Amino acid sequence: MSGFSDNIMRLSGRMLSQYPAQRDWDGKLTMAPHPGIIPTFSIVTLSDNVPEQEIMKWNGWGYSDSKFLYNKKGQAEFTGKRYRLSGMIIPGLREWMESTFSANLQHKTPAAPILNSSAVQPPTLNEAFLKELKSTGIPFSHDAEDRVFRSHGHCLHEIFALREGKIGRVPDLVVWPNCHNDVVKIVELACKHNVCLIPYGGGTSVSSALECPPEETRSIVSLDTSQMNRILWIDEKNLTAHVEAGIVGQDLERLLNESGYCTGHEPDSMEFSSLGGWVATRASGMKKNIYGNIEDLVVHIKMVTPRGVIEKSCQGPRMSTGPDVHHFIMGSEGTLGVVTEVTMKIRPMPEYQKYGSVVFPNFEMGVACLREVARQRCAPASIRLMDNEQFKFGHALKPQVSSIFTSFLDGLKKFYITKFKGFDPNRLCVATLLFEGDREKVLQHEKQVYDIAAKFGGLAAGEDNGQRGYMLTFVIAYLRDLGMDYYVIGESFETSMPWDRVLDICRNVKARIVRECKDKGVQFPPLSTCRVTQTYDAGACVYFYFAFNYRGLSDPVHVYEQVEHAAREEILANGGSLSHHHGVGKLRKEWMRESISSVGMGMLKSVKDYVDPNNIFGNRNLL
Amino acid sequence: FQPVTPVVLLIFNPMLKKRDDFEDMLEERRNSSDLRYALKCYTPVLYKGLTPCKVSELKQMVLQSDQLGYVITQVSKEKGVTSDEVTGEAAAILEEMAQRLQLSTVRFFAFTLSKVFKTLFRSICINEEGLQRLQQAIHNHPVVLLPSHRSYMDFLLMSYILYTYDLALPVIAAGMDFMGMKVVGEMLRMSGAFFIRRSFGGDKLYWAVFSEYVKIMLKNGYAPVEFFLEGTRSRTAKSLTPKLGLLNIVMDPFLKGEVFDISLVPVSISYERTLEEALYARELLGVPKPKESTSGLFKARKILSEDYGSIHVYFGQPVSVRSLAESRVNRSQFNLIPRHIPTRPSEEILSFVNDSAYRLVRAQEENMVLKPWVLLAFVLLQKQAAEEKQGTALDELTEQAVWLRDLSRQYGAFLHWPDHIPPSEVVSSSLSLHRGLVRISEGRVQLALEQGLLYPGFVILSCASYRNQALNVFIRPALLASAIHTAASNRKQEIYNSFSFLRNMFSNEFILCPGATVQDFEEACYLLVKTGTLQINQQEVLITERGHRTLAFLTSVLDPFLQGYQVVCRFLCEQDGLTEKQFIPAVRKFIIKHLLTGRLRYTEVLSSDLQKNALAALIRLGAVQKIKGNNYCFNVFPSEARNRGL
Repeated sequence: MSGFSDNIMRLSGRMLSQYPAQRDWDGKLTMAPHPGIIPTFSIVTLSDNVPEQEIMKWNGWGYSDSKFLYNKKGQAEFTGKRYRLSGMIIPGLREWMESTFSANLQHKTPAAPILNSSAVQPPTLNEAFLKELKSTGIPFSHDAEDRVFRSHGHCLHEIFALREGKIGRVPDLVVWPNCHNDVVKIVELACKHNVCLIPYGGGTSVSSALECPPEETRSIVSLDTSQMNRILWIDEKNLTAHVEAGIVGQDLERLLNESGYCTGHEPDSMEFSSLGGWVATRASGMKKNIYGNIEDLVVHIKMVTPRGVIEKSCQGPRMSTGPDVHHFIMGSEGTLGVVTEVTMKIRPMPEYQKYGSVVFPNFEMGVACLREVARQRCAPASIRLMDNEQFKFGHALKPQVSSIFTSFLDGLKKFYITKFKGFDPNRLCVATLLFEGDREKVLQHEKQVYDIAAKFGGLAAGEDNGQRGYMLTFVIAYLRDLGMDYYVIGESFETSMPWDRVLDICRNVKARIVRECKDKGVQFPPLSTCRVTQTYDAGACVYFYFAFNYRGLSDPVHVYEQVEHAAREEILANGGSLSHHHGVGKLRKEWMRESISSVGMGMLKSVKDYVDPNNIFGNRNLL
Repeated sequence: FQPVTPVVLLIFNPMLKKRDDFEDMLEERRNSSDLRYALKCYTPVLYKGLTPCKVSELKQMVLQSDQLGYVITQVSKEKGVTSDEVTGEAAAILEEMAQRLQLSTVRFFAFTLSKVFKTLFRSICINEEGLQRLQQAIHNHPVVLLPSHRSYMDFLLMSYILYTYDLALPVIAAGMDFMGMKVVGEMLRMSGAFFIRRSFGGDKLYWAVFSEYVKIMLKNGYAPVEFFLEGTRSRTAKSLTPKLGLLNIVMDPFLKGEVFDISLVPVSISYERTLEEALYARELLGVPKPKESTSGLFKARKILSEDYGSIHVYFGQPVSVRSLAESRVNRSQFNLIPRHIPTRPSEEILSFVNDSAYRLVRAQEENMVLKPWVLLAFVLLQKQAAEEKQGTALDELTEQAVWLRDLSRQYGAFLHWPDHIPPSEVVSSSLSLHRGLVRISEGRVQLALEQGLLYPGFVILSCASYRNQALNVFIRPALLASAIHTAASNRKQEIYNSFSFLRNMFSNEFILCPGATVQDFEEACYLLVKTGTLQINQQEVLITERGHRTLAFLTSVLDPFLQGYQVVCRFLCEQDGLTEKQFIPAVRKFIIKHLLTGRLRYTEVLSSDLQKNALAALIRLGAVQKIKGNNYCFNVFPSEARNRGL
């Protein structure tokens, strides 16, 4: 294997390997888990000796050391030390998997263990570009692993192909700019030599946005922003921070926390996704009810485009200067340029956090409650409503309880809810809550929300259930890898809709998924479940989770894609949006015109034509 | 038009039609206690998404619905009255309308109907597989039952069957005229009927209450909703042009995403002898329909204590509204207006509902069981019109019936001809069941026509109503045969044009879906080529040697209607305009005159149904104009009528 200098470079998970050793390193970047997860080790700096290991999986989600597996006794276990669930036995998971998917531990579909570099096409290099790039001193690589790592996001078809060792078109070169000026140089060179640039942040896209267009004949350069990860300044008077766009969510929060601040922006992918990526996709965070979505958090954006740098002249909190140019940038999905620096709002860290949960007799009551909470504008930092299937799923992920007393208590709770209160275990559903603020207000707020819930038949179901619900958010992506080891494939997708259509869309989309699976020859009933994850004044955001056992299918990914396609059609037919925050990428492009009208498309197109006439930012997302 | 494609052929090929077997449900009733049956344990499979609710809760849901709330506010603003008053009005409408389904009443009906059915009918045959499909459908989605409507008996019979087979009892849209029968009306209400006014044109409050009531029962899976697509009983046994109002209402929850799917189940009820046989003939001849009254019903029951043969009820394949709408309707058209605000359906939706309605009526027609008598009616009517005074020899009648049997089977008719019995016996037993309509003497058979003009009218119209049961089997080939007959040459294009004209002319008379001329033409061509009647090449249509008999028969099928429409035209040409009310009596007088002089051979043209259809067609085609003024006048443009080949 490689030498010590290589190992160092593997530290920052997102830049996997072969990072040129001569590069300066500020030593700040560390791998600490997300604050919602109990930290298991704090600061790892470059000067420490890191054992030889890949920090990130190359063909699955997240950290290499963290994964679900069935141990020798056939019990499910979550490995590693990073998460609350790490190192624990999950007794219910196996039965849940077996009964939900008719999966069988005997039928394994293991992934290809290592990347076969010979499967990777040799790079198409633009020599003139390369020569000038070398002279700038900006680090780059055309190593196969580096290129493959940046050739995909986390759509099912992308990961499935990797697991099978199938590699399609990948970038020909990876560059690591260190600052805004490096990006300016790279973009200038790309324009000069007609090279295609694809910006790369955290690589957590689920819209095929990072896929290289197969028809692209130019040299494709992946512009990895991971080295632009500094907080440049914090302005305590205005409560803003100026940050380089390559910074990853958990690092941003941790570094701000050191100064007593936070942004409060916590998308589910925040362990890995980057600030630039959030801006480019119009990201949404779990706690948007307090802190807002990315468009509410951003005060100033600097972006390098083929036409030059776009930014505003001041940092006024609101302006009436024509249509807001930030809105051309937010959601542009890497088609116009590279976001390099962002000024964001920051808030003092909350004094107190409290989780909670409410059980409702059925999903309808749960939605009615969320609607009322939104009407009264008293939503906690986060409020999410899981349907019955997800409630059961969450239940299956309970780690082994240590004491008889806890299990006795659990039994008692269950008895109280199902027998005493008469909730049907096959219909009840649960809302998870997260309150934040100063202690007194949190408690007051909590009471208000529980009072509303009671009007809709909701029963408080404890902090534990709530916290476990949020933990699930971070481990669910790991679970997909476990499923894929046993013939189960799946994914989630999201939408937003007016309040009056929430129930209809949830019902119809779930039913459509089940029916399409049947029609497409899936042998086993699929898991088709949803949750309401965000509330707004005028509507909500809903996530669907969909997975099935693909034994007996010759082309499972194609079946999966057909079903997801049908589900999206159903969403649109019922008045749901094309996307709430995942973006369009290439996966949902076909519906753009009907979503925003032909004139709307023309407007976006004309911006693209002006800003990037030669399609240097040629990932072909969105339009 | 396009040449016939293999895919289209697959759809037409009547040999591919698979139909279930029948079981006689009366058999068990004859062998076990009716009382025990009426009191049996009744636990039907219900809709999986059902939240059980009481009749009173249902009303509350309607009155509190956003849809109705919106209209109430609107009406109260327009009329300047308080919304409480309008709500009161709505509650009263609902009170008048609502059903009060009660199991005890159903049990009472189950008991009495068992007794009645056993005396009236030899058997009631059901396709049990259809019931199994229905049960599945009820479990999965809200269900709409769409029976054909030939008799008052229909909806009692439907509920009776569903009760017997432990299926969810339906709520049934019934016309207000039943309400006239005080006790019976209330009893029907308690067996699931809800009553709607026949016309409520611009009354938007009524419409809102009514549509919301139906939708809420349907969406919640409270019960299958049953109504008659044809709107009223067909007096002629031909299917009536479907009414779209209720179908539109029941499709709406799907189109607006409020349910995942809705199953529409066409049900074909065929009577070997219709109870209302004589009644309908009187009505068609202009003897006014007696007002429904309880005592009248009992009198009718007394008269009707004779043999009515058997009933066949075929529960068709459930039709998913979702699959009907797929790639047909863009459902996102409802995204931008709150769904509780009533909007006029778009052209797209209207044409979708219309096409669906035609499809469903055709599905009903296709599964109608035809008895041998239906074929005999064809022969006897044609003989009568040919003025063969001595009647037809039994042998000849049998030979013709057998020939017709084979032809109709080739065209896909659902014919119940007992093949194990010699044809002559089949014929004589059919004749004996309908002995009121035929006279047999010295081995010769003819219709039992007596002196005078009205009485033969009764017999001929009764007889025609049996023949009409099979018209749907022959209509497309018959239109083609007549087109060949009238076209100036045997060029395919010319025959198509003439087909298209006739089809258009008769689209008020028969179930011919608007806009499907090409398909109908191809279907007719396919059938006639397949059965060796015609040869069709690129340019020409040629009649084969053995095709003449078939063509002659098919032409004679359409002839009474052609002649009838011509007489109506001739009548209108002689008028300077007349009011709507005057039309029927006047045209009837005109027709009688022509019958008496022998210029018209078909007594059945006396049918007011035909006369009304002809007028409607002429208005539709622009040959006659309806002028609104002090009185409704029909302004005839004789020259134009002539130009159009009449």
